[in-house]
Amino acid sequence: MTSIKQNIDNFLKYRYLLIELVKKDITIKYRRSVLGIFWSFLNPLLNMIILTIIFSTLFKADIVNYPVYLLIGRTVYTFFSAGTKGGMGSIQKNSAIIKKVYVPKYIYCLSSVLSEFVVFAISCSVIFCVMLATQCQFTWYIFTAIVPVSLLVIFITGISMILTTINVFFRDMGHLYGVFLTLIMWGSAIFYPITIIPESFIGVFYSNPVFVFIDLCRESILYGHALNLELVAYASLWSLASLLIGLFLFRKYQDKFILYI
Amino acid sequence: MEEEVVIKVDNIGMLFNLSQEKVDNLKEYVIKFLKRELLYQEFWALKNISFEVKKGERIGIVGLNGAGKSTLLKIITGVMKPTEGTFKTKGKIVALLELGAGFDPNYTGRENIFLNGALLGYSKEIIKSKFDEIVEFSEIGKFLDVPLKNYSSGMRARLGFSVAVAVKPDILILDEVLAVGDAKFKKKSKDKINELLSEDITVIIVSHSPKQVRKLCDRAIWLKEGHVMMIDDADTVVDAYIEDIKLE
Repeated sequence: MTSIKQNIDNFLKYRYLLIELVKKDITIKYRRSVLGIFWSFLNPLLNMIILTIIFSTLFKADIVNYPVYLLIGRTVYTFFSAGTKGGMGSIQKNSAIIKKVYVPKYIYCLSSVLSEFVVFAISCSVIFCVMLATQCQFTWYIFTAIVPVSLLVIFITGISMILTTINVFFRDMGHLYGVFLTLIMWGSAIFYPITIIPESFIGVFYSNPVFVFIDLCRESILYGHALNLELVAYASLWSLASLLIGLFLFRKYQDKFILYI
Repeated sequence: MEEEVVIKVDNIGMLFNLSQEKVDNLKEYVIKFLKRELLYQEFWALKNISFEVKKGERIGIVGLNGAGKSTLLKIITGVMKPTEGTFKTKGKIVALLELGAGFDPNYTGRENIFLNGALLGYSKEIIKSKFDEIVEFSEIGKFLDVPLKNYSSGMRARLGFSVAVAVKPDILILDEVLAVGDAKFKKKSKDKINELLSEDITVIIVSHSPKQVRKLCDRAIWLKEGHVMMIDDADTVVDAYIEDIKLE
């Protein structure tokens, strides 16, 4: 077992690499497009407009501020799906470098999650703009959304480490996960109100952590309610469990990655 | 005076699984499992390798293709972890093996210098302080802000070389004394390597040229089929190695 101090020293040494990789992900993604990183802002906005036109009449009575309701759900879900997908492929994507230069491998996984976080942060500004435009009530409880968002980052990092480890040994994981994400999306009440779900199925929704994160964010940002501590504890459990399992699997198998990529 | 040991390799073995790379999806796995082809073909690329390198020493590694030289270098640089045995290294290792590993074709030369430097484990400050030197040495000039995909392969190699040698390492690892680029840059890179060699740093050179090993190294290791045949001073090892090749 390497000591914690050694791990921290090693992380500090490669901290700059982490920043460089995140920067690279984002610059390459938007290079040569005229609007550049502005797309991270525009994309959720345009998407919201389309979905609002389609669905808002359908659920008019059930949802107070449909655009914001939708945006929060969509932003959280997109961060989850893009973050875990990116994290899952991170080892594969960087296989050429991994075979040549020694770098702690979790840096690759972490950097792809963090670059999706940057996109997420930009999308969050869309939420606030739309809240202003729709004259939604701003309350101090907005700041408590930091809690579910931080938990979400931990959750995504953990899931990414689990997925990327499995994906190195079984490429099928990538395809399977795409299907699984569709299930998650429809089970997260992103563009329909949870009230249309029969009482007996509500439990199913709460067993989906992504829905729990969306719910927590909506409560604090859109409805201005205090955080439901029980739900926060439940979300923390998901986050910590995924991080611990992720770290354990990744550490256990990372030395074998090079033989399979 | 007792000299400091900077590389200590203790009984290292590296086991490869020859069928390993092929099974990477479930279907194939099931088929292979049913056919009982999962009984792996195992292959020790290295076995029972032990040696020590003292500070400032120059070690040559000789051996035929497939003797395990590259695997050994990969283990020393930390890219691979040995199946068994332990090793310790002290100080900053720079390997002139894969120049420009991690260059991104869509990134400009300038951005790639920072990215590649970061991959080698340097901080932003170090790269900044060496930046002008790197640009000047690589002679990429006005191409500095052009995406790397528009570079010629020689330019790319020059840039990779320049970044790799920018910071003086404690341990230098060379796969052949490589010289890159055109005739002019070849001389320049050779001079740079010789300059590094004349300094008090530890060097490990893999070479197929007996002449070079005799000239540059104090000691040499002869590898054959994953085993150490001999570790002694360079001339003795090279003589034995050449003798062995003639016999076959």
